[in-house]
Amino acid sequence: MYRYDEFDHTLVRERVAQFSGQVKRRLAGEMTEDQFKPLRLMNGLYLQLHAYMLRVAVPYGTLSGKQMHMLAHIARKYDKGYGHFTTRQNIQYNWPKLDEVPAILEDLASVEMHAIQTSGNCIRNVTSDQYAGAAAGEIDDPRIWSEIIRQWSTFHPEFTYLPRKFKFAVAGMREDRAAIRFHDIGIELVKGVDGKVAFDIYAGGGQGRTPMIAPLIGTAVPADDLIAYVESILRVYNMNGRRDNLYKARIKILVHAIGAEEMKRQVEEEFSHAKNDPNLTLPAAEIARIRTYFEAPAFETLPDISDAFEKEKTENKRFADWVHTNVATHKMPGYAIANISLKPIGGVAGDASADQMDVVADLTNEFSFDEVRVTHEQNLTLPHVRKQDLFTLWQKLDATSLGDANLALITDHIVCPGLDYCALANARSIPISQEIAERFEDLDRQHNIGELKIKISGCINACGHHHAGHIGILGVDKKGTEFYQVSLGGSADETPSVGEIVGPAFTEDKIADAIETIVETYLGVRIGGERFLDTYRRIGKEPFKEKLYVTN
Amino acid sequence: MAQHTNKRATTQAVTANRLIDGEVVYFTKAGDWSEKLTDAVVADGKEDCAALFAHAEPAVAALLVVEPYLFEVADEDGTLVPASVREKIRMAGPTIRLDLGKQAVSA
Repeated sequence: MYRYDEFDHTLVRERVAQFSGQVKRRLAGEMTEDQFKPLRLMNGLYLQLHAYMLRVAVPYGTLSGKQMHMLAHIARKYDKGYGHFTTRQNIQYNWPKLDEVPAILEDLASVEMHAIQTSGNCIRNVTSDQYAGAAAGEIDDPRIWSEIIRQWSTFHPEFTYLPRKFKFAVAGMREDRAAIRFHDIGIELVKGVDGKVAFDIYAGGGQGRTPMIAPLIGTAVPADDLIAYVESILRVYNMNGRRDNLYKARIKILVHAIGAEEMKRQVEEEFSHAKNDPNLTLPAAEIARIRTYFEAPAFETLPDISDAFEKEKTENKRFADWVHTNVATHKMPGYAIANISLKPIGGVAGDASADQMDVVADLTNEFSFDEVRVTHEQNLTLPHVRKQDLFTLWQKLDATSLGDANLALITDHIVCPGLDYCALANARSIPISQEIAERFEDLDRQHNIGELKIKISGCINACGHHHAGHIGILGVDKKGTEFYQVSLGGSADETPSVGEIVGPAFTEDKIADAIETIVETYLGVRIGGERFLDTYRRIGKEPFKEKLYVTN
Repeated sequence: MAQHTNKRATTQAVTANRLIDGEVVYFTKAGDWSEKLTDAVVADGKEDCAALFAHAEPAVAALLVVEPYLFEVADEDGTLVPASVREKIRMAGPTIRLDLGKQAVSA
C-alpha cells in the first residue's frame, strides 16, 4: 500500500492546522457562513438535513486494517457509532459537530487519511477497481496510476476552481468494475504498441440530470505522457467549460456540445505543447518508486484447489451460496477475492457500524495482507484471501451480520442517502431499497433471478447511479408526495448504457410491486443463462411496459 | 435555502441548523431557538411571515444558526406539524433509523 512521504505528511498536517484555524475563526465570528462554506467544503464538510456531514477520502478505495480501525474509532467517538460507505469509495459520517471536526481530521492524519478532494469544484478523490492487484488478466495495477493522478491533482493550483467538480476513475483491464465511462475522465489500462502499459482515456461521461457515456479521446497514451494528456483535457475544459450555468458546467456538456472529434482535436492540440513540457513528463524513476508501494504481497505457493474449502462448500449450503456470489477468481493459485456485502436485508446500503468496521479491520489483517477495499457499489472487498481460509473468514463475517450472499443480486443496491439525510434530495431512497430487499429476501429466489443491479437515487443528481442500474429508480417530488420513476437497461460495466425510462412514475406503495412485475416478466422470457440485462437488450422495454401499465 | 420555502404557504415557522453542531432548531416566541417544533412561533400571511423571518435572521450574525428559512406548518389537532415530508424528517430524524435524531430522544 502507498505510504505517505514527508511531503504528504506535511501537506495533510498543514491542512489540518489551517482548517482548525478556520473553524475557530468561524466560531469566533471572524468569518461569515458565506466565507466559511467554500472552506469547509474543501475539507469535506457539508451541512445536511439533521447535522453536518463529513466525507473522508479513501484514495482508490484502499484501506489498511489500522485505517479501518480509525474509521471505527471516529464513528464511535465523534459520531453515532456508524459510517456510510459511498459510491466514490469514500466514507461519510452523518453527525459530526463543527467544533470537533478539527480533532477528527487530526485523528485521520495520524493514519495517513484526510477529507481533502471530497468536495468542491476540484479534481475529486480518484476511484478504481476494487480487485486491483488481485484480478486475473489485469494489464497493470490501477492503484499505481491512481496514486500518480492523486499526487498530481492534490491542490493543483490550476484546477482548484474548475467550472464544476471533476471525477477520475481508473480500471486495470477491459473488465470494468469502476464505472469508468460514467466519469469526467475514465482511464482503461491497455497494452501499447510497444507492449508497455498505456492508457485509453475517455472523457465527458457522467450521470446527474444529463447522463452521458464518455467517448474515447486518447488511444493508447504512453505511460510517461499520462499527466500531460489528462492535463491537456483539463485545460480544454477549464478554458471552455460553461461557468455561467451550474447545470451545464460539467465536462460532459462541453464534449457533447462540441462533439467527441472536436474535443479530441482540441486536446491533441493542447497535448502537442504539454508533451514537450518536462514538468508534465512522468519520470521513470518516480513511476518505479510509486510502483514499489503496490508490489504484490508475499503470496504463498499454494495448490489452486483447497480440499478443506471444497469440503466446507459441500457440507454448508449457506457458505456455498456466499462463495457462489461473493467470491471471485484471484490471479494467484490457491487465493480468492472475498467480497463483503454491506446490504443485509433490512439494513441501510453502505452503512457499517463501528463494531463491524473493527471486525473487518481485524479480518483484513488476519486474512488479506492487511488490505481492504471499498467498492463503488458500496460493499467491501478483501482482495487476497487464501481459499483454505474462506470458511473461517465467512463464519466471522456472518457472526457480525456481514456474511450475506447477495453480491450483484437483486438485493444488492446502490442507494444514495436520499431524503432521510440529504439536503438536496426530493424523495427517500433507503426505505425503497429496504422494501425491495425484503420482497426478494428468499436467497434461492435471488440466486434464480441472477445478476440484477438495482440503483436508487433520491433526486436527479443521481448519486445512487440510477441511470446505470439494470433497474434504475429515481425519486421525484410531486406536490409534496414522493414518486418513483423506473428506468431499465442501464449498465456501468465495459458495455455501458444509460437506462430508458419505462413509463409514468409509481407511488411508494406500488414501487416494490412494479419491480416484482419487471422481474416476473424477465423470468418468463429469459433464454438459457441470460442475465436480466441480456434479456432486456434482446427484447427492449415494451414487454415490461405492457405488464407494468396494463389497464383492467 | 429559499428553495425549501413554499411561496403559496400561509402559515409558516422559521427553522435553521445550529452553527456549532448542525442540530435542527426552530425560532421561538421568546426570540431564541429550540430543538422542538412545538416551541416554534408561527406567522400567517406574507407580511407577518416576512416580519417573523426578519426577527429571526439576526441569529445568523449572532453565530447561533446557519441557513434559516421559512417553512409551511399546519395545526393538526392542536399540534404543530410540518407540511412537507422533508421538514417532517428534519423534525424527527431518518425514517429508517428511529434510534437517531430527535425521535430517538423523545422515544
